[in-house]
Amino acid sequence: MTQLKQRLVQLEVLRYDPEKDTEPHFQKYEVMCPEEWVVLDALNAVKETIDPTLAYRWSCHMAVCGSCGMMVNGEPKLSCHAFLRDYVGMVIRVEPLANFPIERDLVTVADDFIDKLKRVKPYLIPKDPKPIEQGEYKQTPAQLMKYRQFSMCINCMLCYAACPEYALQPKFIGPAAITLAHRYNQDSRDGGRDERQEVIATNEGVWECSFVGACSEVCPKAVDPAGALQQVKVASTIDWFKEHLLPGGSK
Amino acid sequence: MSRKPFVRPVSKTGWWLKHPRYMRYMSREVTCVFIGAFALLMLCTLERLSKGPEAYASFIAAIQGPLSVLGLLLVLIFAVHNATSWFNVTPKALPVQIGEEFLAGKYIIGAHYAVWIVASLVVLLLAGVI
Repeated sequence: MTQLKQRLVQLEVLRYDPEKDTEPHFQKYEVMCPEEWVVLDALNAVKETIDPTLAYRWSCHMAVCGSCGMMVNGEPKLSCHAFLRDYVGMVIRVEPLANFPIERDLVTVADDFIDKLKRVKPYLIPKDPKPIEQGEYKQTPAQLMKYRQFSMCINCMLCYAACPEYALQPKFIGPAAITLAHRYNQDSRDGGRDERQEVIATNEGVWECSFVGACSEVCPKAVDPAGALQQVKVASTIDWFKEHLLPGGSK
Repeated sequence: MSRKPFVRPVSKTGWWLKHPRYMRYMSREVTCVFIGAFALLMLCTLERLSKGPEAYASFIAAIQGPLSVLGLLLVLIFAVHNATSWFNVTPKALPVQIGEEFLAGKYIIGAHYAVWIVASLVVLLLAGVI
């Protein structure tokens, strides 16, 4: 087997120990890494060979589980998807995802996002419920394509870390949760839109978004949350006009 | 084990300087100041027009100095930036699904530019410029 080419990688990692520290501080590490590695591999090498106290989340190492989101040189990234070859000649600065409280080192508190996700009911609420004996809810390929892109979200929260609206107004339900609400609203089998609109067509919901577009730029799965939010705005505006201008108009 | 999550401070005024994409966003948002100023100028012009041809002519003469022209040029640049930056993101808000495919964004953007050009030509025609 050929030996992979090795390179000395310099990392600056934000550390925070809630039992000792009053605020986070950067710690430098130097570790030999093969060219092909990603930032997550470098962190694993640090943990295995230099500092076993370093805390961070990860699981799949293949951009599917959404656990290893971190700020890499100021940019929200999946650390399993941030290749060392893109940072040659740079000190790689790794911080916990922005806009979330730091639990310890690179681990953030995700409770706020999880609560918001629950509030938008991101699951199928059948339009015409039927017993299981009557078979599956069928859908055409065109009906699937209407929401497929939005179903690719892996809940990695990079979009929240990129969103300045969420940073300034933490009540904002935010990109991923609203996008997932939109995903189910767009589903031909679903009948839960009215319930979700009560949560997302509000000031804390989609109207807090001023279309910075950063969410879509950082999304590792090309979900385009910014697109979903603008589509929710258009649909909610049409609702309003129907309700207020059409004779006998009520939702 | 005790929990003591650390909340990093967020600058309420300097956040947009932290990343080029936030600066791009602010450059789009700041256009509203210039467009608002131009709308005010239009209102003043209308008010002068209602006072008769002489009042109107003297007002128009007063805003033809080099500083005014420079200001109006700035307004034009910001108005064009406002229009183009919004046109370029319209496919996100208005996706057009045809069967299992989505219409490419360039056609949706292109349609906006086409309507813009036609509307501008109509205005210029009505104003007797062309």
